Amino acid sequence: MSLETFRKETRDWLEANCPPGMRVPAKGEADICWGGRNWTFASDDQRIWLERMAERGWTVPTWPKEYGGGGLSKEEAFVLKEEMKAMKARSPLDSFGIWMLGPALLKYGSEEQKREHLPKIARGEIRWCQGYSEPGAGSDLASLRTKGVLDGDEYVINGQKVWTSYADKSDWIFALVRTEADAPKHLGISFILIDMETPGVSTKPIKLISGKSPFCETFFDDARAPVSNVVGKPGQGWDIAKYLLSHERAGIVSDAVSGGLNPVGAAHLAGEVDENGQIADPILRGDVARLTIDALAFESTLRRVKDEADKGEGVGAKASILKYVGTELNKRRHELNMSALGSDGLLWEGEKEEDGEAARSWLRSRANSIEGGTSEIQLNIVAKRVLELPGS
Amino acid sequence: MSFVLNDEEQMLRDSARSFLSETAPVTAFRKLRDDNNPDGFSRDLWSSMAEMGWTGILVEEGHGGVELGVFAAGLLLQEMGRTLTPSPFLSTAVLAATALRVAGSDAQKAKWLPKIVSGGTVIGFAVDERARHNPEHINTTAKKQGNGLVLNGTKRFVANGAAADAVIVVARNEDGAPCLVLVDCNQKGVTRKARRTVDSHLPADFTFEDVALDGDALLDGAEDTEGALKHILDVGRACVAAESLGVAEQAFDVTIDYIKNREQFGVPIASFQGLQHRAAHLLSEIEMARSIVMKALRTLDETPSQAPIWAAAAKAKATAVSRLATSEGIQMFGGVGMTDEYDIGLYYKRAQAAGEFLGDDAWGAGQVAKLSGY
Ligand SMILES: Cc1cc2nc3c(=O)[nH]c(=O)nc-3n(C[C@H](O)[C@H](O)[C@H](O)COP(=O)(O)OP(=O)(O)OC[C@H]3O[C@@H](n4cnc5c(N)ncnc54)[C@H](O)[C@@H]3O)c2cc1C
Ligand SMILES: Cc1cc2nc3c(=O)[nH]c(=O)nc-3n(C[C@H](O)[C@H](O)[C@H](O)COP(=O)(O)OP(=O)(O)OC[C@H]3O[C@@H](n4cnc5c(N)ncnc54)[C@H](O)[C@@H]3O)c2cc1C
Repeated sequence: MSLETFRKETRDWLEANCPPGMRVPAKGEADICWGGRNWTFASDDQRIWLERMAERGWTVPTWPKEYGGGGLSKEEAFVLKEEMKAMKARSPLDSFGIWMLGPALLKYGSEEQKREHLPKIARGEIRWCQGYSEPGAGSDLASLRTKGVLDGDEYVINGQKVWTSYADKSDWIFALVRTEADAPKHLGISFILIDMETPGVSTKPIKLISGKSPFCETFFDDARAPVSNVVGKPGQGWDIAKYLLSHERAGIVSDAVSGGLNPVGAAHLAGEVDENGQIADPILRGDVARLTIDALAFESTLRRVKDEADKGEGVGAKASILKYVGTELNKRRHELNMSALGSDGLLWEGEKEEDGEAARSWLRSRANSIEGGTSEIQLNIVAKRVLELPGS
Repeated sequence: MSFVLNDEEQMLRDSARSFLSETAPVTAFRKLRDDNNPDGFSRDLWSSMAEMGWTGILVEEGHGGVELGVFAAGLLLQEMGRTLTPSPFLSTAVLAATALRVAGSDAQKAKWLPKIVSGGTVIGFAVDERARHNPEHINTTAKKQGNGLVLNGTKRFVANGAAADAVIVVARNEDGAPCLVLVDCNQKGVTRKARRTVDSHLPADFTFEDVALDGDALLDGAEDTEGALKHILDVGRACVAAESLGVAEQAFDVTIDYIKNREQFGVPIASFQGLQHRAAHLLSEIEMARSIVMKALRTLDETPSQAPIWAAAAKAKATAVSRLATSEGIQMFGGVGMTDEYDIGLYYKRAQAAGEFLGDDAWGAGQVAKLSGY
C-alpha cells in the first residue's frame, strides 16, 4: 500500500473510531492511560479507545503482529503519529512496557518471553516498572548491590531499589540484580523479570515535591524468580540496561516535545495580555520568544536525527544530546508557564479537577533532567563518546 | 523536506571545503587585513567563485546561472564561515541576485544577472539607516520626477560597500510604500564613506543627495514589492545564518583540538570536567543551530510562504550560538585566545558582525513573537 493510501485509510479509521473524549488534550497525569491488572479507566472513552487501538496493534505500531503490534514500517508509524496529532487524538496507552521493556525484549528476549509478555504490554493488561536505581547506585548505576543467588532453577533475590516509578501500581518489574558476585562491576549484573505478587516483594511510596507519590522504595526479601525470567544471558544485564536506557531517553524526549504546554496560552488564561493579544510584559514576551526559537530548533533536530537514521547513520550517543537539550527545554517551558500564570500558577488545589495541575506539573518537570540519567551524566557521555575527550 | 544532504549537495559542500581551505584559508584573510586591501576581499577569489558557478547559484540558467537554490547557497556560506572568507557572495550573489530575480523586470534581469554570474560586478544591498537592523525604519525616498526618479537619504554599513559598483537601495516611493532602486555608485549625488569594521570587512555608508535616476533604475517586476523585499531579506538572513553556523563549527573544532593537546597539571586540559561540560553543551547548541538553519534554507526553497518564522528563528539561533561558540572558545584557549596570533579571536569578531547583519538574536526573537501572534 502506498504511504498516501495508508494515510487516507488511517485518517478515515481514526475519524470513525477515536471517541470524542479522546480528542482533547490530556489535562494532566490523571488523563493518561497506563493500563495494568488494577487499572480503572477514567472514562468509557478511554477504555474504548484502548480496546480499538490495541485490536489493530496500534498501541505499539511498529512491533511485529505476532507479538500484538501493528507491524507498521517506520514511515507508516510516523504517518499514524502525524494523523493522530492532526486530530489531537490522545495516546491510547502509555507505559514503561511500551517505551522501555518492549524494545529490550524484542532485541534480547527469548521467543517464550516475547510471546508471554509483549502482547500483554500491547493490550495494556500488564503494567511494568523499572527497578534500576538503588540508594547507593544512582548515576553510578553499575555499583548496584541487590543480589540474586542461584538455588536450583530459581534466583533468591535480596536488596532494595529506590525511585521505582509506579512500583505500587505495577504488576511486574524488570530489575537489575547482581548475580555473579565475583565478576567485574559491569559484568556481574542480570536483567530479571519479577512478578510484583511474588512473596518477599514489597513497596513503600515516596512523596514528591509535587505532592504526589508516583514512585516507591521496592524491597526484595528472599523473593524468588525462575532462571527462565532472566533476559539474555546471566551477566548480560548491563548491555540490556544500556540499550533500554537509550529507549527511555527517547521516551522522555518525545514527552518533552509533545507536552503541549504553552506559556502563551497561560498568559491568556491569566489575563496577562494586552488588547492586541500580545503578552503584556515585554521581557516575558521576549523570554517566551527565545523559548519558541529553541523549541523550533529542537523539533528540527528530532526530524534531522530521524532522517539521518533512515539514511543509516546511527543515533548513538547523540541520544544524550537530545535528552539533555529536550529536558532542559521542558523545564524552561514550565518555568515560563509559571511566570506567565503569575499568582494563578501558585494554586495547589481547588474546586476544579485541573486546579493545581500547573504547579504540580512544573514541580514534576524538575525530575526530567534527573531521571533516565542526569544532565551531567549526558554531558559526560557526549564529552567521552562524541567528542572523545580524554578521561579525567 | 529532507534534513540530510543529497549526493549533489554533498559534492558541492566537499568541493567548496577543499577549494576554500586551499585557496582562501584564514591566512589569506589575515593577509588582506594586514595589507589594508582596499576592497576587503580578493578580486581573484571572486573570479574563481564565478568560474565555479557560485555567483550564479541563485540565477536561472537562461541568465547563465546554475540555479541550485537557497539551500546550496547556504552550504557555500557555511564553508566560507569556516574559513572566514570575505567576498561579495552574500551581498551580490545572494541578496542582489534574489532582489533582481523577485523584483526585477525582464530587461533588468537580462542586464544585471549575467554580470553577477560572470563575476564582473559587485552590488551592495542597502537597507539599514540606523544602528540596529529594522527594515521598517526607512526614510530614504525615491520619488517620481519626470520620466525618472530622484533619490534622497542615507544608508549605513552597506556590506561590500567600499568595493561596490552599484547598490540596490530600499527606499519609499511617493506613496510611502517600499521600493527598490538600483543605483550606480558613480552617479552624481552619491557619496560613500568606507567603514572598517571589527571583523576587517569593508562596508560603506552612503549618502544620496538628489540623485537623478532613469526610470529603469526602479525594480518594478514584482506585483507586491513589499512582499518581495521581505523574501529577499529572509533569503539573506537564512544565508548569513549559515555563515554564522560555519563560524561556530570551525571555532568549536579548533577549540576541541586545542584542549586535547594543551597540558596543564600534567594532563590535557580536555580531561577536566569543567571544560568537558562546556564543550558538550556547546556541541548540543551547535547541533540545534545546524538543524534550524537547514530547516530555514530548505523552507525558502520548498515552501517559501512558511519561511518568515524559520528565517527569523534560524537567524536568532545561529547568531546566539556562534557568539557562544566563539566566546567559549576564547575562554578555553586561555591567555593565547586573547592574542592576535591565534585565530579564535577572529572568529569571535566575525560572529558578532555576521550576527548584527540583517537582525541579531534579539531582533529575531521579536519577529518570532510577532509572527506567532503573541
Ligand atoms: C521522578 C523520577 C522517577 C524515577 N524513576 C525511576 C524508575 O522508575 N526506576 C529507576 O530505577 N530509577 C528511577 N529514577 C531514578 C533516577 O534514575 C536517578 O535519580 C538518577 O539516575 C540519578 O541518581 P541519584 O538520584 O542517585 O543521584 P546522584 O547520582 O547521587 O546524583 C546527584 C547529583 O550529582 C551529579 N553527578 C553524579 N555523578 C556525576 C558525575 N560523574 N559527574 C558529574 N556530576 C555527577 C548528578 O548529575 C546529580 O546532579 C527516577 C528518578 C526520578 C527523579
Ligand atoms: C590580557 C592578559 C593579561 C595578562 N597579564 C599577566 C601578567 O601581567 N602577568 C602574568 O604573569 N600573567 C598574565 N596573564 C596570564 C594569565 O594569568 C593566564 O593567561 C591565566 O592564568 C591562564 O593561563 P593560560 O593562559 O596558560 O591558560 P590555561 O591554563 O592553559 O587554561 C586554558 C583553559 O583551561 C582551563 N583550565 C586549566 N586548568 C583547569 C582545571 N584544572 N580545571 C578546569 N579548567 C582548567 C582554563 O580555565 C582555561 O579555560 C595575562 C593574561 C591575559 C589574557
